[in-house]
This record gives sequence, structure tokens and C-alpha cells, in this order.
Amino acid sequence: MAKYLLLKHYRGAPAAVKDVPMDQWTPDEVDAHVRFMHDWVARLEGTGEFVDAQALSPEGVWVRSDSGGRPPVTDGPFAETKDLIAGWMVIDVDSYERAIELAGELSAAPGAGGEPIHEWLEVRPFLAAPSTITE
Amino acid sequence: MSPVELRELVPRVLSVLVRRGADFATAEDAVQEALIRALSAWEADPPSDPEGWLITVSWRAFLDMARADTARRDREDRLGSEPPTGSVPSADDTLRLYFLCAHPDLTPSSAVALTLRAVGGLTTRQIAQAYLVPESTMAQRISRAKRIVGGVGFDRPGDVGTVMRVLYLVFNEGYSGAVDLAAEAIRLARQLATVADDPEVDGLLALMLLHHARRRSRTRPDGGIVPLAEQDRSRWDTGLIAEGVAILQAALARDRLGEYQVQAAIAALHADAPRFEDTDWVQILEWYDELLRFADTPITRLNRAVAVGEADGAPAGLAALAEVEEGIPRRDAVAAHLHERNGDLELAARLYAAAARNAPNLAERDHQTREAARLNQLLRTRDHKS
Repeated sequence: MAKYLLLKHYRGAPAAVKDVPMDQWTPDEVDAHVRFMHDWVARLEGTGEFVDAQALSPEGVWVRSDSGGRPPVTDGPFAETKDLIAGWMVIDVDSYERAIELAGELSAAPGAGGEPIHEWLEVRPFLAAPSTITE
Repeated sequence: MSPVELRELVPRVLSVLVRRGADFATAEDAVQEALIRALSAWEADPPSDPEGWLITVSWRAFLDMARADTARRDREDRLGSEPPTGSVPSADDTLRLYFLCAHPDLTPSSAVALTLRAVGGLTTRQIAQAYLVPESTMAQRISRAKRIVGGVGFDRPGDVGTVMRVLYLVFNEGYSGAVDLAAEAIRLARQLATVADDPEVDGLLALMLLHHARRRSRTRPDGGIVPLAEQDRSRWDTGLIAEGVAILQAALARDRLGEYQVQAAIAALHADAPRFEDTDWVQILEWYDELLRFADTPITRLNRAVAVGEADGAPAGLAALAEVEEGIPRRDAVAAHLHERNGDLELAARLYAAAARNAPNLAERDHQTREAARLNQLLRTRDHKS
């Protein structure tokens, strides 16, 4: 088994095929999208492949420590920052192919007009613990 | 005996151990140990005297723990292995336990965890599941909390206000899976009300009951939010409402008003309206003005602006909202609602979208997105016609 992160971006990913802001959908289309996400998670819980799903607020700040023991510097959100993560799913699957297959399904979540959004999701393998037998 | 009935015994058993001379931290571990044994053993073979069983097993567990700890050998000799007699837990002991677990030196998250375990009798695993953190994290949080209150004498007086804040936090966390935190908060508030003589505790209990009564109608089957105006009031729990109102009325009659009683009074007025249109907003507004005396917070002012909007119309509501500072959670949502009622649909739609972006949780975000979508759909239809 291997864990994969399916990463959804608010910003920074190439534009989705069906790129319409959600507040321009109809309320029924919003409902259908939310239901699809619930069902997708429920199905992966059923197959024993689900690990975690989280959504992030788009509002955040950047922090770094300052020299001389001064309080940390906070700023942002930086408007020019290219990437903005919206949330993620973590799955635990048997193969890379399975991870790609599931990401493909998730990308086809229904959007405006009930059409699949075909948004870009980033798939990243977790760096796991070293295996026992290496030779 | 149900797990809840079993947990009812926990504060009494813990008090007995402390009265017998056990230190709070070890005694609490011992009771937890006995509780976990009881949960597995009692199903097949329930004891005739559950409290006696728990006290005996907890005391033995405590002695084992004290024995294992060589640094405590001196005290073990002093205590001996035979429990002293004549230690009967009292209502005061339960109250002291509440004070200790909600000690002002504890952070809110620590006080919540310790209260749920030492007074509520939940296992560390259950508390960890409820708050969606690893069990080892919750175990550390609880043992740190116990170290902090370890030096506090059991007989020291405490502040019931800190206890109420802890229970309010537990209740507000709601329902997140394995453990029903709202129901647990109500159970603990009920128990607190029997041992603490304070109308504010009754006010808090009434507030919880009145909100709990609306729970079934507050969410859709898919987890989405149903706003108060659209809730199916036939699904409100009239039994809980009647109980909450009765407790509140008795508390108000004692003429020692406080913020929990005021909040409960507002909840009671909502519960009293057969339809949303029947809501007595004028009286609700009066209670909000009262609430400002006790808790002049931006959240109170924001909720008050909603009441002003309903009692005196959207323009008055918007004027009241102008007094509320920017950046408060849900301010955009309230502004959107008031502007919609004021007929400015374009602005309202933009504000609903902003409210979705700033939403503090997923259910709220989905709800505000749906509201924005609803208005944008309406605007498209209107533009189409004109």
C-alpha cells in the first residue's frame, strides 16, 4: 500500500476545462457537487482506501522569525503568490495507477450545467518509512 | 447499566479515592483504568453494586500504580493497603472536581479534555476521536493538565464561571462522530446544576436544552446547514423546549440575571414562535440590549444587528451593522442577508460569495456559496426578462 496526496488548488493549477466560479452555478448544481464529494469519500471509506480529507480557508498569512529576538513578522496573503492550496484528499492505495484513476474520478466532479469540471489535481506520493528488506 | 450510567459514577468514585488520600493525578488514572475494565467486563457479568465494584477496582489500581512508582514508596507505607472507612462522596466533592478540572491555570483545550475525562468519564480514546486528534496527543494534553492542577488542593474554592465556560465550549463543538459532545455537555451541565446553587448554571443548562431541541432540523441529510427561517419547526423537540423554558423561568425568578440566562431567553423566544414570521423580534432585541451589558462583544453586536433588521427593517439593521467592526466571522453573511432584504441583490450576491470565502467551516462555506448561487440565478433570470 502507498499513500498519495490529491491536492486541489484555488490558484496555481492550470485552468479547469469547465472553469466557472461556484457562485455562478445554480443552487442545484452546488448541491450536486457537494453530494458528489460526500459520495466519493464514502465510497473510498467503503473500499478501505480513504485516509483523510481537509479543506483550507483561502485566507492565510505568511510568517517568518525576525532577528534579534523580535516578534515574528507576519504578512499576506501575498497577492503575487502563485500557488494557493484549497484542500486535499489522502488515499492509501495498492498502486500508482489506482491513485491516478481515483484522482481522475475526483477531477470529474460535476460543476456548472452539471458538466464535469475536469479540474487539474496534483497527485503526490508520500515519502514512506524505509522498508525492512532493502537488498 | 449503560455506558452513560456507568460514567455517572466516575466523579463519585474519583472523589472517594481522593478523600482516602490518593493524589488526584494517580487517582484519576486509576479510575480511568477501572472504567476501561468495567466497559469490557460488565457486559457479560454486571456487578450487583456497580459503584462498590468501581471503587474497589479503582483503589486496587491506584495501589498498584503507587507501588510501581518507587519514588512514592513512603506514601504507600503511610496509606497501607486497607482503605480507610467513612469516605462517602458528597455533592461538594463533585463540585470541587469540576472546579479542579476547569482551573483557571489550564488552557481551554486542557480544561475541556480533563473535564471530559475526570468528570465525564470518557476514555482518552473517545475524547481524541471527538476532537479529531491522535490518542497520544490527547493523552499528553490530559497528563500535562493533571500536572498543572496537581498542586492545587482539592478543598480549595473555585469559580463556577470557569466551569460554565468549559461546558459551553464542549457544547458548541457539537457532534463530530463517535462521541456526542453536545449530549455530554448537557449531561455535565445537569449534574453541575444539581451541585451548584447558581441561576447562571440553570441558564446555561436551559440554553443548551433549547438549542439541542432544534438540532434535528438544523442540518440536511447531506450535512448542509438549514437556516433558522427555513427550519421545519415540527421537528423541534417540544419536550426539551418545555424543560428548557421551565428551568429558565425558575432561574429568572431568582432575579440574578447573567449572560447565559439572557442567551437562553433569546433561544426561548425563538422556540416559542410556531412560524419564523411569528418571532417576537422586538422582545429578542430587548434581550440583546440586555446581553450587551454582560458581554459587549462584536459577536453580540453582530447578532443584535440581525435582530434590529427583523424588528425595525433592513435599513435599521444595516445601520446597526455599521457599528460592528470588520473582519468578524459571519459579518459578510449578515451584511448579505440585510442587503438582500433591502433589495440590493447584486451587492448581496457579492457579499454571500465573500462570506463563502471567509467561512469558518465547510458546511457554512457550502451554504453561503449556495446563497450566492441562488441570488445570481435570480439576477440572471431578471436580466433575461428585462
